Amino acid sequence: MAEQDLIIPELGEHLPTPDIAEDALADVRSYPAKPQLQEALGFPTELVEDWEEKAIAKMGELLEKYRSLRLYLDICVKCGACTDKCQFFLGSGDPKNMPVARQDLLRQVYRKHFTAGGKYAPDLVGAKPLTREMLDEWFTYYHQCSQCRRCSLFCPYGIDTAEISMAAREIMDSIGMGQKYTNEVVLKCHQIGNNLGIPEAALRNICEGVEEDLEEETGVSIRVPVNEAGADVLLVAPSADFFAEPHIDGLIGYAKVFHQAGISWTVSSHASEAGNFAMYLGSYEHMHKVSTRIRTAAIDLKVKRVVMGECGHAWRAAYSFLNTICGPWDFLDPNYPIPQHICEFTQDLIERGGLALDPTANDHMTVTFHDSCNPARAAGMGGYPGGQFEIPRSIIRACCNKYVDMHPDFIREKTFCCGGGGGLLTEELMPVRIAGATPRLQALKQVMDNDGVTHMAAICAICKSQFTAILPKVDMDPDMIVSLHQLVSNAIQLGAKD
Amino acid sequence: MTFLTVVYAILFYVATIVLIGGLAYRVWSYFKLPVPLKVFTAPAPRTRSGAALRVAREIVFFESLFLSNKWIWIFSALFHASLLVVLITHLRYFMEPVWGWVALIQPIEPYASLAMVAGLGGLWVRRLFEPRTRYVSGVSDHLMLALLIAIALAGLAMKFVSHTDIIMVKAFYLGLMRFDWQPLPADFFLLVHLLLVAVLMIVLPFSKLLHLPGVFFSPAINQADDARERRQLASWNAAFDALREK
Repeated sequence: MAEQDLIIPELGEHLPTPDIAEDALADVRSYPAKPQLQEALGFPTELVEDWEEKAIAKMGELLEKYRSLRLYLDICVKCGACTDKCQFFLGSGDPKNMPVARQDLLRQVYRKHFTAGGKYAPDLVGAKPLTREMLDEWFTYYHQCSQCRRCSLFCPYGIDTAEISMAAREIMDSIGMGQKYTNEVVLKCHQIGNNLGIPEAALRNICEGVEEDLEEETGVSIRVPVNEAGADVLLVAPSADFFAEPHIDGLIGYAKVFHQAGISWTVSSHASEAGNFAMYLGSYEHMHKVSTRIRTAAIDLKVKRVVMGECGHAWRAAYSFLNTICGPWDFLDPNYPIPQHICEFTQDLIERGGLALDPTANDHMTVTFHDSCNPARAAGMGGYPGGQFEIPRSIIRACCNKYVDMHPDFIREKTFCCGGGGGLLTEELMPVRIAGATPRLQALKQVMDNDGVTHMAAICAICKSQFTAILPKVDMDPDMIVSLHQLVSNAIQLGAKD
Repeated sequence: MTFLTVVYAILFYVATIVLIGGLAYRVWSYFKLPVPLKVFTAPAPRTRSGAALRVAREIVFFESLFLSNKWIWIFSALFHASLLVVLITHLRYFMEPVWGWVALIQPIEPYASLAMVAGLGGLWVRRLFEPRTRYVSGVSDHLMLALLIAIALAGLAMKFVSHTDIIMVKAFYLGLMRFDWQPLPADFFLLVHLLLVAVLMIVLPFSKLLHLPGVFFSPAINQADDARERRQLASWNAAFDALREK
């Protein structure tokens, strides 16, 4: 897609709910996964001959494995409450990005093959066969869902489009129709240990480089250890924290926190990734394989605790799934949450007076916070409902004098997705990503204009990458998106506790 | 015994069997389907009793819908609450003597019926004229509303247009329950009302009206947020524990 084809939104005071614009994003399709890639993940290399039959059989299998899938396909009453809740619809007007319409792509086929109403009165209940056109629409629109669950929050039955889009993707993979971006990332994680494909030697180089820079800058020797057996804490960060801006400033923040707390820690080259892109595929097998790397690393390195870095979907995979998928974690210290979020770790230190923070160090900023969708609606923090909203804000307030929340309708559990989660953070989906980012950018612009906000902090690698890419397209400064632990890093007074 | 009485007697036996059997089957099938992961929609209560309370709030107050859309909330709350009142007052046709509190609220039945029509009418107007809801509506979505409105209007017609001998109607239903059939009055509005109710009873287990039992089973709402404390294992994913080396 050429740059001039991109529709750049006009950001006003409010974002109106758009009129329906049929097929607005119909041409924006993910690249299909190449045969070698499919094969390496154990999927058919290309669309299998009897794909319709196989797809229906797979759907039948999933309907027996997940109550959520069958229930959510059955009970929607088409009330319309979700239709104006998805950021991809709000930013584009494409009606198939309304959550119920996205679900209906699968629901129509489900009704045809698995319900009495669909068999005997297909026209009445909107049952449709799985045609090639339908399959193509699945591929297009199930890869325009970031699995952010905003629709589920607003649905009177909690119907969660993420469950349905995961099932659709699993069905498509099983008949040889994978998405290039996500499948590539999953394979890299299987083969190398992280989503970006950073091998151990490079990881060591990066961490040594960070140590040298830190010493030069602060005059203090701060460690960023790799594979150090016997450390107290295994830190599992998104691999972008070792590679990208502003992510790496967050990593520096973690290192300073561990340093001042005097707690030994290490990263692992075997589990050098917090994110679990297999979740986007809906594949339990691959999710299990990715998650198990963390368990193996924790056992091999004989750590007592596992702490996760700033990453959104990763925190869902860790907080909500890790115990189920590869627990029990009875070999770790039961006095700490398993796994623990780096924000919980830092907040705990702040509360106990373990960190010397000088918020004036961030006086050049007025900060707001973007609640990433998956910590907000698919996980928890701090052991109480809403801890995932209070703890990051509390840390920011301890590190910054000037903090402003965005409009209450667009933060906390009602937050928007950044527009890049769930396997959408790929170049060919740029129009979808811009559409999805629009509601958040609009809310951001409002606090920039009204309250002088200069920076937006986030605790997700994808949010940070997505906004860094999208902000310049709407003539905003890409550097205004910062890691939360970058603020901690700025404020921390090294030496004060020595 | 008229032919009509025999037809309606059989119709209601069939409808009752389909409704109870169908709902029991659906509830049982949801109950036994596995839930292999924690997929609560956060922030969620930390305890199971808290989660049960959340389900109760959804059922009684339509909490999420209130958060979502005030118009849909007003119309559907009006409809569901009135339907509940009307169902309760209709209990008088199935019991003798009638419970005191049922008899007590009986005078509000016509108002509840009107409120029901108003609520359904509001929902239908939205479905017809709000472009997004119209886009996602299928034929059956309109027919369901038409069916419910027709049932209510036929019921109201017996009150305001042409009276039916409700003593006979009650004798008919008590007779059905005791397998001692009694004649049903051959009044137009009554026959329409009862026919459509039987259709509703038969369609309900196969339709979206399943949201009635379904809301109890929604993991997004009924799960407690105890993911770090409790593993959410179904038999098929528990088997994965054996696959790992450590």
